[in-house]
Amino acid sequence: MGGGTGKNLNLKLHVWRQKGPNVEGQFVTYDAPGISTEMSFLEMLDVVNERLAEKGEEGIAFDHDCREGICGTCGIVIDGRPHGPRPRTTTCQLHMRSFADGDELVLEPWRAKGFPIVKDLMVDRGSLDRIIATGGFITAPTGTIPDANAIPVPKENADIAMDAAACIGCGACVAACPNASAMLFTAAKITHLAMFPQGQPERSSRALRMVAQMDAEGFGSCTNHGECESACPKGIRVEFIARMNADFVVAQVTKGRREAQAGDSSAG
Amino acid sequence: MDLKSNIPSGPIEQKWSKHKFEMKLVNPANKRKYDVIMVGSGLAGASGAASMAELGYNVACFCYQDSPRRAHSIAAQGGINAAKNYRNDGDSVYRLFYDTVKGGDFRAREGNVHRLAEISVKIIDQCVAQGVPFAREYGGLLDNRSFGGAQVSRTFYARGQTGQQLLLGAYQALERQIGLGSVKMFPRHEMQELIVVDGRARGIVTRDMVTGEVETHLADAVCLATGGYGNVFFLATYAKGCNTTAIWRAYKKGAGFGNPCYTQIHPTCIPVSGDYQSKLTLMSESLRNDGRIWVPKKKGDTRSPGQIPEDERDYYLERKYPSFGNLAPRDIASRAAKQACDDGRGVGPTGLGVYLDFADAIGRLGKGKIEEKYGNLFEMYERITAENPYEVPMRIFPASHYTMGGLWVDYNLQSTIPGLFVLGEANFSDHGANRLGASALMQGLADGYFVIPYTIGNYLAQAPKTKVDKTHPEVKAAEAAVDARTKKLLGIKGKKTPMAFHRELGKIMWEYCGMARNEEGLATALEKIPALREEFWKNVSVLGTPGEVNQSLEQAGRVADFLELGELMCRDAKERRESCGGHFREEYQDDGEAKRDDEKFCHVAVWEYQGDGKTPTRNVEPLEFENVHLATRSYK
Repeated sequence: MGGGTGKNLNLKLHVWRQKGPNVEGQFVTYDAPGISTEMSFLEMLDVVNERLAEKGEEGIAFDHDCREGICGTCGIVIDGRPHGPRPRTTTCQLHMRSFADGDELVLEPWRAKGFPIVKDLMVDRGSLDRIIATGGFITAPTGTIPDANAIPVPKENADIAMDAAACIGCGACVAACPNASAMLFTAAKITHLAMFPQGQPERSSRALRMVAQMDAEGFGSCTNHGECESACPKGIRVEFIARMNADFVVAQVTKGRREAQAGDSSAG
Repeated sequence: MDLKSNIPSGPIEQKWSKHKFEMKLVNPANKRKYDVIMVGSGLAGASGAASMAELGYNVACFCYQDSPRRAHSIAAQGGINAAKNYRNDGDSVYRLFYDTVKGGDFRAREGNVHRLAEISVKIIDQCVAQGVPFAREYGGLLDNRSFGGAQVSRTFYARGQTGQQLLLGAYQALERQIGLGSVKMFPRHEMQELIVVDGRARGIVTRDMVTGEVETHLADAVCLATGGYGNVFFLATYAKGCNTTAIWRAYKKGAGFGNPCYTQIHPTCIPVSGDYQSKLTLMSESLRNDGRIWVPKKKGDTRSPGQIPEDERDYYLERKYPSFGNLAPRDIASRAAKQACDDGRGVGPTGLGVYLDFADAIGRLGKGKIEEKYGNLFEMYERITAENPYEVPMRIFPASHYTMGGLWVDYNLQSTIPGLFVLGEANFSDHGANRLGASALMQGLADGYFVIPYTIGNYLAQAPKTKVDKTHPEVKAAEAAVDARTKKLLGIKGKKTPMAFHRELGKIMWEYCGMARNEEGLATALEKIPALREEFWKNVSVLGTPGEVNQSLEQAGRVADFLELGELMCRDAKERRESCGGHFREEYQDDGEAKRDDEKFCHVAVWEYQGDGKTPTRNVEPLEFENVHLATRSYK
């Protein structure tokens, strides 16, 4: 286990430090010499934190877990770009070879009304869970259910569903959007479930409820900048927002009729 | 220690049906009177919490992550096994049962494994109903792939993100229950202590990881679905936060710990590149369907792979195990890689690596087909290593990936503490000494969707109906223990960070309790670990205060528990004087193949805590094989 094959970089970091949600934050500058290009971005922060700890200073708080780009926990705005410069790459999968010796980097948390800061680079993304809780599911309680192959699903639909379902819920789309909109996130789930026969019964109520919750959480609306798609580490496409809008419009138009038939607007 | 497995009598294929009928029920109107705690929100935790809430129980669910969707089940890549026999290739419940018992090297309970195989088919139905986007064929039906240790195609998958999609299905079911108010979710909460009153599990003490508040949560039963402890090796494919704290505190409150030494070292991970490394990344076993594993025949061959001609390569798995070839089970493939590297034939800058080569498959199927099957894995590899696996072979090396050991449970998933249930990787139950690929997802969801909803009712219907309140001395004692520990950690003010201790522990464990173990090495580890632990409690540096987000404190608490668990693992490995599955004792082998000793070790070792500084007791649950006859595992 040698030092690897990489080169070493000397970096300067300007990091957002904030003790808690209701305290004012500020940028603090740290030198980060001797960073191997083979390290991941978070391993670089580990090294910075270990060095701070040796001096008795508290480390930079940042969220992370799987460190393989799938759990969606990590997320740092690096030089103004959520997850940094490399397309389709989470912060944990970003490696230091993407940077050059002498670089100065600005590290910030996701900034959005819907994501209050917890500490330093950590934010609270509970709003995304609450959007899912209002309708981001197919109601299928555990039990006796028809055989999995009873209802064929065209491969094309299953593939689109999978493209949408690949969302990791990191919130980079929100952080990238000038309106702090969560429409890419919401649209991805609506599209995923709308592609299956099993998702049809709740399709309209799902769109209405999830959009309403998204608004209630303080996320903005989409004005077609497309920043979300370019920041998304999983390549979720803005066309899903068009699909969501279509579902939403249909749901609104047919809402009165469905309510009259069902006699209960809260069903779903 | 009472180790009654409670396996129902009767023929193996009727045990579970019979048991389901014989179990006591809680009537629908009474279910809402019961509170159940679920710790963990991975496949087992989320599916279990959602399913119990659907039945009507009041569920409180806890996870250390900021959202239940982030549990590490999400990272499982390859797939989930089910005995659907959609391929018409001769699969059946019995064959899945047989393969799993054999794959586990005859160290799992037959009754549990058969139930798992039976339930496997329902899991796929359940997941499809939830909208899990499994891979499909052009006709619209579900697709399958093959996995290690099986000669049929029974693995269902969603690209290279099967765990993610299954977890999101369970998470969505859980969120639905949260929305309906039947589950109360506590994200960013870490369990610190188990509360046992009158011999029964009645609650937990948690730390709110945002405010630092120590909170007590009481219930009629407690379920732990807190995953495995493979991070004891520091470098592992686990998420950084995965830890042993929940099951370790339960162990110290009297829950037996089954087979702690059974760990799975996964053969296909990206090799270590430097000392700063924080984790290892898995490359799915599914890659072994099309990738061929090889090393140069010559020692110290430093030529680039493309310059090594075909007849100077050793496709060692194909050579040693012709009938399974590159799809040999994980323990065997890992050990073979280690042997090649020990031989001086390893590749890459450190010599700790072997090639996983796709050139043949790309030639046969075309780059497009390979991209469709493994595109995201290839991309991930390229991001980490800056090498393009379409052009040069991947370099891989084994890494800690799963723990078959865990808290001992009976057929009902109940630990030795009544009212404490353990699900998924956190228990020891179904995989014996080696887990087959695509079986972890199956077990997690089986436990959560289809076992615990029944067995919890059986327990609650018979448990005495007493209420415990927060003034109970046991509750106060548990809270005080958590406070004292936090104060102690913050008060040491030493010089070394928790991570430095963790790295050191990991090195000891990898060296002496990793892929190959022996009496002398384990004895050495049993001296080194207590010494390191002593140093930890004198010299660890934990900064900050208790009443805030404090990642240094979180880490210190977890490392402290790993420092105790590591010792138990070595003790268990030392006492098990045989080789089986992932537990390879160098003294017990037939030319590199694991040599079991069924006469002395056909049993589960269950460790019982006796107090700090005292040697724990090793109890035994004998294993009986009535259906699959004890035989030497052969993949040749």
